[in-house]
Amino acid sequence: MTQRESPSQTAGPYVHIGLMPNHAGLPGLYDGDLGAGPIMAEGQPVTLRGRILDGEGASVTDAVLEVWQADGTGTPGIWARRSTDGPDGDWVLDTVRPGPMRFDGGWMAPHIALWIVARGINLGLQTRIYFPEDDHSADAVLAQVPPGRRRTLMAVPDADGYRFDIHLQGPDETVFLNI
Amino acid sequence: MTLRPRDMSGHPPAIAPAYRSSRLRGPTQAPIAIPATPTETTGPVFGHGVLGPLDGDLIRNFAAPGQMAIGQRTIVHGRVTDEAGRAVPNTLVEVWQANAGGRYRHAKEGYLAPLDPNFGGCGRVMTDDQGRYRFETVKPGAYPWPNGGNDWRPAHIHFSVFGSGFGQRLITQMYFEGDPLVARCPIAQSIPAGGAERLVAPLDWEETVPMDARAYRFDIILRGPLATPFEATP
Ligand SMILES: [Fe+2]
Repeated sequence: MTQRESPSQTAGPYVHIGLMPNHAGLPGLYDGDLGAGPIMAEGQPVTLRGRILDGEGASVTDAVLEVWQADGTGTPGIWARRSTDGPDGDWVLDTVRPGPMRFDGGWMAPHIALWIVARGINLGLQTRIYFPEDDHSADAVLAQVPPGRRRTLMAVPDADGYRFDIHLQGPDETVFLNI
Repeated sequence: MTLRPRDMSGHPPAIAPAYRSSRLRGPTQAPIAIPATPTETTGPVFGHGVLGPLDGDLIRNFAAPGQMAIGQRTIVHGRVTDEAGRAVPNTLVEVWQANAGGRYRHAKEGYLAPLDPNFGGCGRVMTDDQGRYRFETVKPGAYPWPNGGNDWRPAHIHFSVFGSGFGQRLITQMYFEGDPLVARCPIAQSIPAGGAERLVAPLDWEETVPMDARAYRFDIILRGPLATPFEATP
């Protein structure tokens, strides 16, 4: 029996009510917001931050993004949820640097998967953060990305960790993935 | 399980010009197809322990003790399955919605309709071992929204579903049978080929509780595995 996936619809501007009600000003419904707690995992601590920019370079301040990544040993298991409704639209993630992961007889370079939803985004956007200093030569996913666009998936070192800005449109449009 | 490639033709295009917000936020380049790796075939697992006793009761989960939200008492239930027809058990379903007057409890929301002090508009449930879920709420009101014209959202409930792998992650909206606004909604109609109909929940007379609440049935299909010759029975 085969059937078709349900159609996606935008998360809309009020997604925070559903996914992070405490943050959205609805205290008392849930003990805490899922995915908001500190990340306790094996690995080297690292701070990532970034913003999401629209086609005119404006910061998208009503998005929710989710993170799924491996710990330092390469075992997937770290999930987090963040909003971009801070003053400058930055999301911040204090996590650990993921380790390389086995795939299809080889190794994937360390990466962090992102899933982004917001008003105006009709289907959740999947992308990945890689780290520029790693060896990406054998990565099966990056191999599918045209070399000229791979830089959009590379975190940029900054003062206290890395930045990863997501460009929804424009000359630096981030590569999104159809898994 | 490895995911079969997503059929993008069943989803709204990234840029649907009639939905104004998508014009500057939808990527212009097609997403790049990649194989499903362990990063996409695994995902967070939430135990039933994350749920509080009233998480699936939006009529009472934000209400003062002994109070209830105002609106038409409504049961929403259904089944989460994958493209192979298999149940998606023990997965988290999060929902949010406007109140009976069409007003969201959100800092950025300024519609004329009043807040209901007893309604938050947020709930969550887990599917059981057959993929079934159920919650109780009040029917949300339609509301006007800024899209450049006289635009009204049909009554709808937002759904977020996890599945067993991060590559199955889906957010969608449920509409109600018989709502004439579905055909006029640029968001619902952004789904190609009349696909909005797939998100319209029929009135479920069997589950409607006499003298209490009407029921609507909303089944959700997540992405599934690559076809195999021998499909496990659901
Ligand atoms: Fe909505």
